[in-house]
Amino acid sequence: METESDNIVAETAARIFADLADPQTINRARDASWQEALWRALSDAGLTLAWVPEKHGGAGASLAEGFAILGAAGRYALPVPLAETLIAGWLLARAGIAAPAGAMTVAPARPRDRIVLNADGSLSGISRGVPFAKDSQHIAVLAAGDKGAAIALVKTSDCRVSEGKNLAGDGSDTVTFDRTKVIASAPAPFDASALMLMGAAVRSAQLAGALETILSLSVAYANERVAFERKIGKFQAIQQNLARLAGETAAALAAAGSAADTIEHSDAFDDTVLLEAASAKIRTGEAAAEGSAIAHQVHGAIGFTNEHVLHRFTLRLLSWRDDFGSESYWAAALGELVARRGANQFWPMLASR
Amino acid sequence: MTSQLRFDQIRLPPECEKLRQEVRAFIAEEVAAGTFVPDRPGHGDSHNRAFSKRVGAKGWIGMTWPKKYGGHERNFLERFVVTEEFRVANAPVRLHFVADRQSGPILLKYAPEHVKQDILPRICRGELCFVIGMSEPGSGSDLFAAKTKATKADGGWRINGSKIWTSNAHISDYMLGLFRTSPPTNENRRHGLTQFLVDMKTPGITVNPIYQMTGQHDFNEVVFDDAFIPDDHVLGEIDGAWKQATSELAYERSGPERFLETYYVLAELVRALGPNPDLRSAEGLGRLVAQLHTLRRMSVSVAGMLQAGKEPVVEASIVKDVGTIWEQKLPERVRDLSAFLEPEASNRVTLDEQLDFAFKIAPKLTIQGGTTEILRGIIARGLGLR
Repeated sequence: METESDNIVAETAARIFADLADPQTINRARDASWQEALWRALSDAGLTLAWVPEKHGGAGASLAEGFAILGAAGRYALPVPLAETLIAGWLLARAGIAAPAGAMTVAPARPRDRIVLNADGSLSGISRGVPFAKDSQHIAVLAAGDKGAAIALVKTSDCRVSEGKNLAGDGSDTVTFDRTKVIASAPAPFDASALMLMGAAVRSAQLAGALETILSLSVAYANERVAFERKIGKFQAIQQNLARLAGETAAALAAAGSAADTIEHSDAFDDTVLLEAASAKIRTGEAAAEGSAIAHQVHGAIGFTNEHVLHRFTLRLLSWRDDFGSESYWAAALGELVARRGANQFWPMLASR
Repeated sequence: MTSQLRFDQIRLPPECEKLRQEVRAFIAEEVAAGTFVPDRPGHGDSHNRAFSKRVGAKGWIGMTWPKKYGGHERNFLERFVVTEEFRVANAPVRLHFVADRQSGPILLKYAPEHVKQDILPRICRGELCFVIGMSEPGSGSDLFAAKTKATKADGGWRINGSKIWTSNAHISDYMLGLFRTSPPTNENRRHGLTQFLVDMKTPGITVNPIYQMTGQHDFNEVVFDDAFIPDDHVLGEIDGAWKQATSELAYERSGPERFLETYYVLAELVRALGPNPDLRSAEGLGRLVAQLHTLRRMSVSVAGMLQAGKEPVVEASIVKDVGTIWEQKLPERVRDLSAFLEPEASNRVTLDEQLDFAFKIAPKLTIQGGTTEILRGIIARGLGLR
C-alpha cells in the first residue's frame, strides 16, 4: 500500500523532474547540457541509489518508494538512466556489493541473452538492447556461474559497447563481455529469472506513468482544440476514444501497482511474482500500443510534429515494451505456468490475494 | 501532469481467506448434492429459492448491512470474495443477487424505518427477489425519458404505464421502479422522476414474458394498470431520483461479475490444452490470464477503496467498461486458441457447448446495466470532457 513516505519521495522526484527534466524544455534543447544538472540533483537527493542500503552509501528507500519514483519518471518520459541505476543498485545490494557513484545499467536486459561467469572470475557473453549502456559508467550483471547465478559489477569501459538507439532515441546498446574482468562478484540469492522479473516490474511502472501523461495531455488538448465550432472533446467520438485511453491507463496503473506491491512483500521470485510481473508487463505493453494510438489520433497532425512533446511519451511507451521481456515473451511464460498448474489450480492462483 | 486515476494496492485480509475456504466448501457440498453443475452454464435454472435460503443462512446475503436489519456488518472485501467464488462456480444466485447488490443498499439509504425492518431481514435470509424497473419501451439508456406515471392518490400513488427488459420480474417479490411524478423542467430534464418500492403482488400489475435469443427467459414486460403504491413506499425525494445515484452505483459497476461471466470457457481451455501447450497456445493463454488478472486487481482495488470510504466513481465505471468488453471477446479468443486442439480431447464437447452458450449471451454483456457507450460518457465526464 502506498504510504505517506512513498508520496514524499515521489514528490521530491517529481519536483526535480518538473524543474530540470521538463519534456517541453528537453524537446527544445539543442544539446545535452541539461543532463548534468538533472543527474546531479537526482544524485544529491539520493534518488539514483534509492534501492541501495545506507551502509553501502545509498538512500535505503523501500521498494515501494522506488517504484513511486519510477512512476513519476514515467510521467515525465525521463530520458536518463535513472530506472537502470535503481535496478543496478538493487541487484548489487542483493549480493552485498557496494554501488559506485554515477550512472549504471544492468545486463542482460533481454530474456534470451545469457552472460557467463567464467572460472577465472571474468564474464563472457553478449547482451543486446541494454538501455543506456553507452551513458553508464558501470554495469551490474546477473550471470550464470558454476554454482548458480552470480551478481557482478563491471566498468562499462571494460566491455565492448556497440551503440544502438530505441525508437525514442535513447541508448539501447549491445554489450559484449569477452573475458571481461569484474570489480566484484558474489553469489545471487535467486536464479537468472529474477532480474528479468524485476526489470519487467520496473518498466511496467514507467509505462503506467507515461500513459497517465498521455491521457492528461490528450484530455487537455481535446478541451482546448476547436473544430466545427466546438471543442473537439465535446464530440462523442472523441469522448469514447478518451474513455478507452483512460481504461488502458487504469489497467496499466493497476497492473504495475500490483506487481510492485507483490515484489515488495515477497521473500522470493516465485510463481506469484511471475504471475504479477508477467501480467503487468503484458498489460502495460498492450496499453502502451492502444493508448499511444489513441493519443495520437486525438492530437491529429500537431501530435505528429517534432515540436510537440507527445512523441517523447509515445515512442518511449512503444520502446519500453521490448525491455526485460516483451508481451509475447511473458505471455508464453505465464501460459506455460498456468498450463503446468492445471485447470483446477487456475482460479485459486488468480484469487490468491 | 497529475494523475486522476487511482488504484490503491489492496491485499485481501486474512479473514477473507478463511471465508473463501468456507464458501468453496459450501459450493462443493451443493455441487455434490446436485444443486447445480459448475461447468455447465445455461443448464438448469439460474435461480433456486432453496439455494438462496441456504446462502442466506450462511450469512452471505446483506453481508455489509447493519445487524439490526439482519445484516452481518462484514466488509466489502468479504462480500467481494463471496461474489467471485459464486460467480466462477456458476452458482444459481440470480434470485438474491440483485437485492443483495443494488436494491438492499438503496432501501437502506432511502426507505422509511418500518419498511427497512420489514424487508431487509427477509432479503438477508434469501427469501426475496428484486427486479429493477427502469427501462421502458420508449426509454432505455436515456433513463430520464421515462414516462410511466405515478399520480398522487389518497394515501399513495397510482401507477400507469410499462417497464421493459425487467430481468427476473416473473420471479420477483418486489421492484425498485423509477416513475414520473412531474414533468421535466426546462432547466433540468432529469427532474420529475421518483423511486418507488413496488410489491409485485399489487393488483393491476401484469408480467408478460419476453424470451431471449439464448432461449432463456429472464426478460419481461411489466404493465401497470392503476396499480396502487402506498406513500411509505416512496424512496427518497419526490421528483429528485436523479440526485440519488451515488456510490452504490460504483459497487454495481465494478464487481467481479463484470468480467467473470464467461470465465468458464477460459478454465475449460486450460483443461483442454493440458500441461504442455504449444507456443501459440501458451502465448495466447498467457495474454488472457494477464488481462483477467489485471481486471481482478482493478476490481479488488475499487472494492478496497470503497471500503475505505473513497468514491472511485470513474475507476468503477472503467472496470465495467474494460471488464465487459473483455468477457465479451473471451469466447472469440478461446475459439481461436482451441482451433487446433485434438478433436478427441476429452473435454472437447464440454468446451464446444460452453462456447455455444457464451457466444449466445455475449451480446448482452456490453448492454446490461448501462451500455458501453453510456459508460464511456460517464468516464468522459469524470475526465472533465463534459
